[in-house]
Amino acid sequence: MSSSPKFAMLGLFGTLLLATAALAQPARDFPGVGRAATPKEIAAWDIDVRPDFKGLPKGSGSVARGQEVWEGKCAQCHGIFGESGEVFAPLVGGTTPEDIKTGHVARLNDPSFPGRTTLMKVATVSTLWDYINRAMPWTAPKSLSTEEVYSVTAFLLNLGGIVPEDFVLSDQNIGAVQQRMPNRKGMTLDHALWPGKGLTKAKAPDTRAQACMKDCPAEAKISSFLPDHARNAHGNLAEQNRAVGPQHGADTSKPSGAPPQRRAEPAPAPKAAGAPTALLNKNSCSACHALASKLVGPSFQEIAKKHGERSDAIAYLSGKIRSGGVGVWGQIPMPAQTLSDADAATIAQWLKSGAPR
Amino acid sequence: MSSDDKPRGRLIKAPENFLDPAGIRQVFAEAKSGRRDFMRKAFVAAGAAAAAPLALATSNPVQAGEGDPNILTLPEHSKGLGQAVATEGYGKPSRYEANVQRRQSPGLTQTAQASVSFAPLQSLFGIVTPSGLHFERHHQGWWDIDPSKHRLMLNGSDASMLKKAMVFTMDELMRLPSVSRFHFIECGANTGMEWGNVAVPTVQYSHGMLSCSEFTGVPLRILLDLAGVDYKKAHYVLAEGADGSSMTRTIPMEMVESGEVLVAYGQNGEMLRPEQGYPLRLVVPGVQGVSWVKYLRRIEVGDQPYASKDEAVHYIDLVPGGQHRQYSSIQECKSVVTTPSGGQVLLDQGFYNISGLAWSGRGRIKRVDVSVDGGRNWRSARLEGAVLPKCLTRFNIDWVWDGKPALIQSRAMDETGYVQPSYKQLREVRGTRSIYHNNAVQTWLVQEDGEVKNVQLS
Repeated sequence: MSSSPKFAMLGLFGTLLLATAALAQPARDFPGVGRAATPKEIAAWDIDVRPDFKGLPKGSGSVARGQEVWEGKCAQCHGIFGESGEVFAPLVGGTTPEDIKTGHVARLNDPSFPGRTTLMKVATVSTLWDYINRAMPWTAPKSLSTEEVYSVTAFLLNLGGIVPEDFVLSDQNIGAVQQRMPNRKGMTLDHALWPGKGLTKAKAPDTRAQACMKDCPAEAKISSFLPDHARNAHGNLAEQNRAVGPQHGADTSKPSGAPPQRRAEPAPAPKAAGAPTALLNKNSCSACHALASKLVGPSFQEIAKKHGERSDAIAYLSGKIRSGGVGVWGQIPMPAQTLSDADAATIAQWLKSGAPR
Repeated sequence: MSSDDKPRGRLIKAPENFLDPAGIRQVFAEAKSGRRDFMRKAFVAAGAAAAAPLALATSNPVQAGEGDPNILTLPEHSKGLGQAVATEGYGKPSRYEANVQRRQSPGLTQTAQASVSFAPLQSLFGIVTPSGLHFERHHQGWWDIDPSKHRLMLNGSDASMLKKAMVFTMDELMRLPSVSRFHFIECGANTGMEWGNVAVPTVQYSHGMLSCSEFTGVPLRILLDLAGVDYKKAHYVLAEGADGSSMTRTIPMEMVESGEVLVAYGQNGEMLRPEQGYPLRLVVPGVQGVSWVKYLRRIEVGDQPYASKDEAVHYIDLVPGGQHRQYSSIQECKSVVTTPSGGQVLLDQGFYNISGLAWSGRGRIKRVDVSVDGGRNWRSARLEGAVLPKCLTRFNIDWVWDGKPALIQSRAMDETGYVQPSYKQLREVRGTRSIYHNNAVQTWLVQEDGEVKNVQLS
């Protein structure tokens, strides 16, 4: 019975003991937080494929099927032969049959060779498969079937001369393909930039600068600077610095030496009826169209110039935005877009008014 | 096989692909042919006994006998009633601060969704980056994700790596014991445009893929313990995002076991901004930003590294000999003077506070030295406030500008004794085509006319 003073004392002592124990060793099992993942949930999200092909789903795909998928879903950005640098860096090019033998892309040693394609860099074919599967096509990632991913990978490998035209890539032969990757021996772990143990080789950083303080051997010549014609290439720097402070921004709209802006001017009022930027971004229009320059598709201003004068401009342009099409501006098709009538009309209205900035 | 020998044309793409040899050759050629004029302009009066008077007037003129009308005539704000509380439910910067913006570098990328915006370091004070000015790097655009629907999954490369695969809601993650820590985040490609030559005018574009915040979250170690991870088997962690790019990077288990890797939801006292991965991102102190996976949806523990797209196609460093360094992750000790810096104009001769930022992915900053004569003589700067590990450190040093050309540099040292290298030292071991991990000493030329320019020395 706890009414006895003795029991009460014991009870109090017991509570103190418990409290001390709780302080010294806080509960680390966090009851009520988290639950077991179901096998279906894990299957839905665990999509990574490692260099040893752990995680690679069973399946196959042919070069021929890959070409079909490529021309429908990939060529807009990467070019018919994976060679285009218009939107992203080129995927294919710069590798040779000799590289397939040696496992190292010789052109990586040629500073005059412009750029580095994906096939010049990548050492592991698993990376290509995983990349396409998780992140491509750029505007509709994770939309390809397993067969399509195998096919597109096979097509790319064929463009690089790694597999023949009649090849069918599968989980069974991808290990053999790995042995033909042109840059499979192109990675080094000889550096000290890995923040863990074991993986990389070097123990010490690769530079060993000294902190000399007085009469140090210095480099006296200015060997690189921006040429005058690039003075305003990043916009007027006067507008990119705070209007008050120890230094003001240089007015790069004028030649060097012009006096700086002195007074803090109030911020300009927001421009009325400019580009519906949020809408263009939200609907991924700006993935393929820029304001004034051609990207994958024509610029908004070109479209405005060509169609803005039509009497039915808004209906025509809204329709085109929603249905897509091919042939008006060239052979790269624009896919149909799923956006509301109202959004399409807003964009069409802006185009009709000349696509102002 | 498409034409092997056909030049690829211009190629100035995402930061990891922006090398353009044609463009670089052009800039070099112009630099060479124009150097004499340029040098004359910059240095012609350097040897003169007294500096020529500046074209600039003094910065604070007074008309004799009268005075400053800003003092003599009381302004409206001294004589009227100001605005009400909560006029803005979420306050904004002064309208006079409109120039302080993050910006894209023109021509760097062809799309705005696979691109980068740079933080305006030239206009920032202290060490904390205002969340709205934090640099952005997106590979497939950013999202504003409903936190009530966001989940974090934890599983193994196979079932033997842990006792049970788990799923957490945001509610659950926010119930767990939290920590709050200040850390810098720097893109591995920061200053990448400058490997071969000067390419951009201001510190915003040269160093602006750098920010620093107080992050709040749960040490990832707590979650791994909860799932019963077998640390004897699982030496690597894969972090994966929920967005279209589903970024994946391999992280060493030793870092996670140390407790410093966080599953973070808080940034500078509020939730993460959508551009920074709302509602959940990984914080990997000292490691390049690409590993700080945004919109974090899954953690896998495994016995091998993953060679994901961002560690086998991008974010690999080309070194002399034609090999690429893989799994390069640590951001080594680096510093930059942010004021005065490129694209600014000194208003007058006299006193200036040279101020800048130093940081190291290997720990605390120990010392920062500043030179105003292109590296011949150095003075140690004052380190301001808290000097925290793997965090920005603000440094300041007094300087009186005599109106002559000056070459301003900073050089940081971290607690391991590592000293930030010069371009010469860095290029000797890494060449000029690495793109990533450029931590060389930055030089700003202050011209006689007060204008500051980005230059490299040899």
